[in-house]
Amino acid sequence: MFVARSIAADHKDLIHDVSYDFHGRRMATCSSDQSVKVWDKSENGEWHCTASWKTHSGSVWRVTWAHPEFGQVLASCSFDRTAAVWEEIVGESNDKQRGLSHWIKRTTLVDSRTSVTDVKFAPKHMGLMLTTCSADGVVRIYEAPDVMNLSQWSLQHEISCKLSCSCISWNPSSSRAHPAMFAVGSDDSNVTYGGKVQIYEYNENTRKYAKAETLMTVTDAVHDIAFAPNLGRSFHVLAIATKDVRIFKLVPMRKESTSTGPTKFEVQIVAQFDNHNSQVWRVSWNITSTLLASSGDDGCVRLWKANYMDNWKCTGILKGDGSPLTGSSGQPTAMSTVVGSSVQTSQNALNGMSAGRIGKRAPFAPPLRQLTSPKINQHPAYY
Amino acid sequence: IFKINKVCLLKTSSGTHLGFAWGPGDILVYETLYKVRKDEDIYSPILRKLFNESHHIFVGLQTIREDLPSKNKKPQFVSISKNYRSVIRACMEELQQVAEVAMQYGNQVSILLAIELIWNLCEVLFIDAAPAGSLLLHLLDWVRLHKADVDEKAREVLQSESPAEHRDYWDVVVSYVLQGRLEEARQMLVKQATLQPAARKMYKQMDTLLSKMPFYNPGGTQTLTEFDVKWRHWHEEVDRCLQDNSFASNKHLELICKVSDLGDEDTLLEHKDLLSTWYHFLVTRLLFCHPTVKPTELHYYAQSCLTMFLDSRSVPEPLDSILLAAFEFDIHQVIKDCSIALNNWWFVAHLTDLLDHCKLLQSHNLHFGSNLREFLLLEYASGLFTHHSLWQLAVDYFDHCPEFGRVYLELQIERVPLDTERKALKVLRICEQRQMSEQVRSICKIMAMRALRNNRLGSALSWSIRAKDAAFATLISERFLQDYCARGTFSDLDLIDNLGPAMLLSDRLTFLGKYREFHKLYGEKRFREASKLLLSLMTAKIAPRSFWMTLLTDALPLLEQKEVSHHIVRYAVYGQSTPPQKIFSLLLSNIKKTSKYSYLRSCNQRIFGFFSGKNNIKDVLII
Repeated sequence: MFVARSIAADHKDLIHDVSYDFHGRRMATCSSDQSVKVWDKSENGEWHCTASWKTHSGSVWRVTWAHPEFGQVLASCSFDRTAAVWEEIVGESNDKQRGLSHWIKRTTLVDSRTSVTDVKFAPKHMGLMLTTCSADGVVRIYEAPDVMNLSQWSLQHEISCKLSCSCISWNPSSSRAHPAMFAVGSDDSNVTYGGKVQIYEYNENTRKYAKAETLMTVTDAVHDIAFAPNLGRSFHVLAIATKDVRIFKLVPMRKESTSTGPTKFEVQIVAQFDNHNSQVWRVSWNITSTLLASSGDDGCVRLWKANYMDNWKCTGILKGDGSPLTGSSGQPTAMSTVVGSSVQTSQNALNGMSAGRIGKRAPFAPPLRQLTSPKINQHPAYY
Repeated sequence: IFKINKVCLLKTSSGTHLGFAWGPGDILVYETLYKVRKDEDIYSPILRKLFNESHHIFVGLQTIREDLPSKNKKPQFVSISKNYRSVIRACMEELQQVAEVAMQYGNQVSILLAIELIWNLCEVLFIDAAPAGSLLLHLLDWVRLHKADVDEKAREVLQSESPAEHRDYWDVVVSYVLQGRLEEARQMLVKQATLQPAARKMYKQMDTLLSKMPFYNPGGTQTLTEFDVKWRHWHEEVDRCLQDNSFASNKHLELICKVSDLGDEDTLLEHKDLLSTWYHFLVTRLLFCHPTVKPTELHYYAQSCLTMFLDSRSVPEPLDSILLAAFEFDIHQVIKDCSIALNNWWFVAHLTDLLDHCKLLQSHNLHFGSNLREFLLLEYASGLFTHHSLWQLAVDYFDHCPEFGRVYLELQIERVPLDTERKALKVLRICEQRQMSEQVRSICKIMAMRALRNNRLGSALSWSIRAKDAAFATLISERFLQDYCARGTFSDLDLIDNLGPAMLLSDRLTFLGKYREFHKLYGEKRFREASKLLLSLMTAKIAPRSFWMTLLTDALPLLEQKEVSHHIVRYAVYGQSTPPQKIFSLLLSNIKKTSKYSYLRSCNQRIFGFFSGKNNIKDVLII
């Protein structure tokens, strides 16, 4: 089950992004105070800030970790029109004792003429590649040919999406059946250009990225976008944070042998949820693509899960107002915590969290004790 | 206090974390609490035992041979089911002891009680699939097992001064009767009979009556029909007793008679407190009015008993619906309701797996081709993966999910934090056993990178070798060689000396290994072998350019070796595009910087001899 821990981040302004590293033991936050903070989780589960430094001369919009195969590397992007790559330097012994580390800038990417709205590393099987997207609609893909030299990055692709970009997501699939692919979301208010989500695919012949698909049904501003882990499936799943939560399925259609253009997709909408009843700002998948989390302006986080018949439903709502949460009447049971997957645990989160807010958990009435069981208010686990 | 601004969502990385940033400066992190706080640590080892032992049973179940005929397997499945239940019971009992100390685990105990109750019923109805006759007997066992308070009360009564006068005495007697424990009821009644010599005849009559109640013997020769006849006769006798008012003077005995008389509903319902549950009510009714109930008839009785037992104000609880679904033999409904009502996957995953092995689940083909059993096992195992030590159990579960087990394992195992080398090796072993070569490579690479960052070259090198990462091995070998050039010694000699065939991973690595070997031979004064090796290093052209000077410098002392010197010098002359004069002047300047200066003199003659006639060389070489 989820237990809430409140961390006083000490950022002096709004926090725009929070990013876990690959193993979930480190976290980076970035803020309008122009700095990035790195947090480490100690053995007893406490988060400690081990680095905090000024990264840009404007609000930092996003921060992201490279795969640990490349070392301890972060990238950040900012309103100041730049993106930067940072590497952790193993510090002096007394620093280590104090639990501090240092990050140094390896490179600044200055090609953008407008605010850089997202920065993401490409999947590791593509090498060390960094992608940025900007408010002027340009997506840039950089590569560091020598992974041991993070100061050398070359701009490999510059793609104009014609719409102001707000977010990017790479398809994590490393299958040879799938060419490299990423999705771009736009928060452009321009209504002339229909779809606000574009899918680009790498073409082996032209050695360029070409647009494969535009999701025409997404017409409102897109704030976040996320490909689900692939699991060896032939099709792709994409989650979108816009005025609601949407999940799309992209099924590649069989290519004719003579066709040299990008893959054609059959686009299906798998689910659409407006429960947030407000703008949805973030969507995020768990490792096995069995759980999607979304956050919205209603101040809630919702968890979405598909049952075994592939019907998506909300399996949990996490509310928060920043106040520390105490244990509820029912202590979080270890069985539930350990055994439950994130879905079940999310249900328990409703229980374990300040029960007053979400609603009491229904104790499972045992035969020997005649307990009245209040109705379950939260969404049940969806199997 | 502060305004909730944008709510940012943390990526759910290992699936265990969700964090949100609100307003200025505050982050709220939600995490799965797999490490229970210190004061709760007392019972987590108990639960861990449950997971460990059930894992053991699970693996055993998977390896039952498929080719055995079904009829041989049923006893095995029943036995496995009993094993699971005994594990649940053991866990429950241990928790109960702890719960007496710390109040908050009572909830956990009740959940386990419910689980065992349901599982037991599923075992009776689905796995053992008891036919009419045995069915009731099994149900009686089931009820008896889950109504432990009767025995407690009985103990109390029997331990008292005068049991027959204990206020709970009659409750115990009646409870025994309700559970069909007539032998025990009779023994209790004897105590009362002793106290009331005047009513001895009445007690005797009751005793006889109870002793004659027929119970079906599944192993015996009597058929169900014969039993039924006998049973009806007995009922007639009971009825006669009632009509005759044989027990009218004693309300308790009268009650027993009424109960026995076709399980009179009203009478039974008057004693809800003794029955305490509708399913006890159900089984008691069946015992006294329809002991030959068929499985298919159960649900009629169940439904009506539930309705009768609950008064109009009560709403059926989740547990009730689950049991009802079981009586209706709707396995899928049972599983579904359990998934919803119980906050864990452990129970439904293991039960469904067992039922699937019994071939009791219809295979629904899911959209991604898997099935219910696999779906639940994947969920359960994924949850286990978040635990710092139980994740190893999860591996076996994934192994037995043919559709998606492997890919789930691949995705999750590479996220296991590699806190220590020991843990990394553990993870690696699992991946290697399953030929998950990409994960092996990746984990090794991560470890190698980490070691390199911390300047532990030896560790970095051995991880690169394990990752079969030639490029990285080359890089690290370079570092070693640079180190050597700077300090004159090698670090991590043990590792380099024992590279074995791994040496061939990259040219640079091979060179490193061989160069070290050269030094060893030289140190052991095995000059001939040393020089042969050095020569081969030079001619094989795997020496990096930056190292040529060092090699040549090393070669100089070996110029004593006749057969070698000639080749070395030729190499020096022809092996590079630099003119020989330049080489030697370079060599000279290099040698001056090293400790090999003293060798120069002895080598002088040789080199001089070779280039005799070339005046400028001679000049250069004059110290």
